[in-house]
Amino acid sequence: MITLTVNGTSHRLDIDPATPLLYALRGELGLNAAKFGCGLGQCGACTVIVEGEPVFSCLTPVIALQDRRVTTVEGLGTADKPGPLQQAFIDEQAAQCGYCTAGMIMRAQALLDRNTAASDAEIRAHMEPNLCRCGTHMRILRAIRRASEAMRDHPTGTAREARR
Amino acid sequence: MRILRILLAIAILLILAVGGFVLWSQRAEIAAIEPPPRAAFDRSLVEKGAQLAAIGNCIVCHTVPGGPAYAGNRPIPTPFGTIYSTNITPDPDSGIGRWSEEAFRRAMREGIARDGHHLYPAFPYDHFARASDEDVRALYAFAMTRVPVASRATANALPFPLNQRWTLVFWNLLYFDDTPFQPDPRQSAEWNRGAYLVEGLGHCGDCHTPRNLLGAERGELALAGGEAEGWSAPALDAASLAPVPWNAAHLFTYLRQGRDPEHGAAAGPMQPIVGDLAKANEADVYAIAAYIAGRIGEPSPEKHQRADALLAKAREAVEPAKPNPGEETGAAIFAGACASCHLGGPAIVSPRGIDLRLSAAISAPDPRDAIFIVLDGIHPPDGQPGPWMPRFDGAFTDAQLAALLGYLRAHYGQAPAWTDLETQMRDIRRSRERS
Repeated sequence: MITLTVNGTSHRLDIDPATPLLYALRGELGLNAAKFGCGLGQCGACTVIVEGEPVFSCLTPVIALQDRRVTTVEGLGTADKPGPLQQAFIDEQAAQCGYCTAGMIMRAQALLDRNTAASDAEIRAHMEPNLCRCGTHMRILRAIRRASEAMRDHPTGTAREARR
Repeated sequence: MRILRILLAIAILLILAVGGFVLWSQRAEIAAIEPPPRAAFDRSLVEKGAQLAAIGNCIVCHTVPGGPAYAGNRPIPTPFGTIYSTNITPDPDSGIGRWSEEAFRRAMREGIARDGHHLYPAFPYDHFARASDEDVRALYAFAMTRVPVASRATANALPFPLNQRWTLVFWNLLYFDDTPFQPDPRQSAEWNRGAYLVEGLGHCGDCHTPRNLLGAERGELALAGGEAEGWSAPALDAASLAPVPWNAAHLFTYLRQGRDPEHGAAAGPMQPIVGDLAKANEADVYAIAAYIAGRIGEPSPEKHQRADALLAKAREAVEPAKPNPGEETGAAIFAGACASCHLGGPAIVSPRGIDLRLSAAISAPDPRDAIFIVLDGIHPPDGQPGPWMPRFDGAFTDAQLAALLGYLRAHYGQAPAWTDLETQMRDIRRSRERS
């Protein structure tokens, strides 16, 4: 049995310990935000946060996640009450097809959780592993900038509360 | 141990320094010139200089990552302290704009700046002493036609007495050999060209030769393997530990393209080197490959057989190796995180990861390089195409990565188990968090 703690809730799953977290999230827990893009850690569509670090869930077997906290987009807010980063993505309309969006948000969230004063260069360097084929990068960067300002002004935003 | 050695080095230097004051004399200044216009340099000479600069990887040390090219000020860590590289753009005041070709040649070959002060051997004049007049002229033309950038280097952070440049008089007396390159008439022209580039402008021994406690290359162990920014720089002689022995063709592919299907991708400090070699003269890169292959030598028939067997296994492997009891965590991590790229089957990502039986890092005497690669992945320099391996430092704990490497060493390595993997993993990770 594998114990997974996702968005603050513990789940006991009877699955192969080598199963990638992404399959457990989507197949077992019905958390469909993280996407399967390449399955090879090359695109970032599957990015989630583990203990504050952005990781590719397609390359993280569940055996490595016992006693570690996993956060997905579902843990940042809801459609009615989106987190600051989700709200910023909506405000900037930072999506075209939307397939990369969940991964983009989670990678950006990991940065903003540590540092809401990141420079544009730091944001770009941090976001480098995640790809967007539609070319919405400029909007994504604006959304991250907007969210970082919002989070600076209201340091205990909905995202942090939702994840506790 | 290292501290003791450094203290010993300092003590020896102190004693030498007292006597040395008498002997020492400042080298003469070479008169400043009016900065020559770009048009003063022949285009084909500049082009040749560009290719030689790529072989010498000048840009790597003389550029702050992301900063203006050749403007210097990159911190170069040495066991003795940090040295900041100089500005080699033709800016008249902070660069080399007022340097004559003669001053440039003396700096390259003797390690003396235009005004007569000694340059630290972090600048490999001990190698560049082999460079021909012709090649130095081309490099001068190249440097003097770069975009001038006004930028002064930060003061070096070296302890006394190493911050006294005159101490280098003794270092040079002890270790600096200024003899020009001597071709070996028994060898081919290509071999000699390779030897000239490897020993001279390429300064491969800077990393691939072990150093003594005063930081000089140990000539008797030339290319026997050294260190670079914490990574091991593998032996490029008969001691080479590559699981599949190198030959000139594979070395050429590796040096030119940054990866070779039988040896994997360049990583760590070798990455910018191969990035530069892609821009160098192709025949020169082949000559380097041919010379290094000669230094490594023909493998014994047993080595050949072992390599063929490894390659056959690598081609056939589609399932991860069966774990021994206690290796389940490492095996599960390999299956879930690594196998999709590093095991046979259709190559979804191109170029795919190599079978780890062929990886020098997994078969190396110590696990440093393998630890760096699993923590940081392999990323081509900004803006360049190349194999992209994700970093795994966030996904796994020290214990988990140690379990992974233990399993890989046992089933894919060609040497006995590493000890203390978890401690080394933790130490490396902590040392980075501090810096």
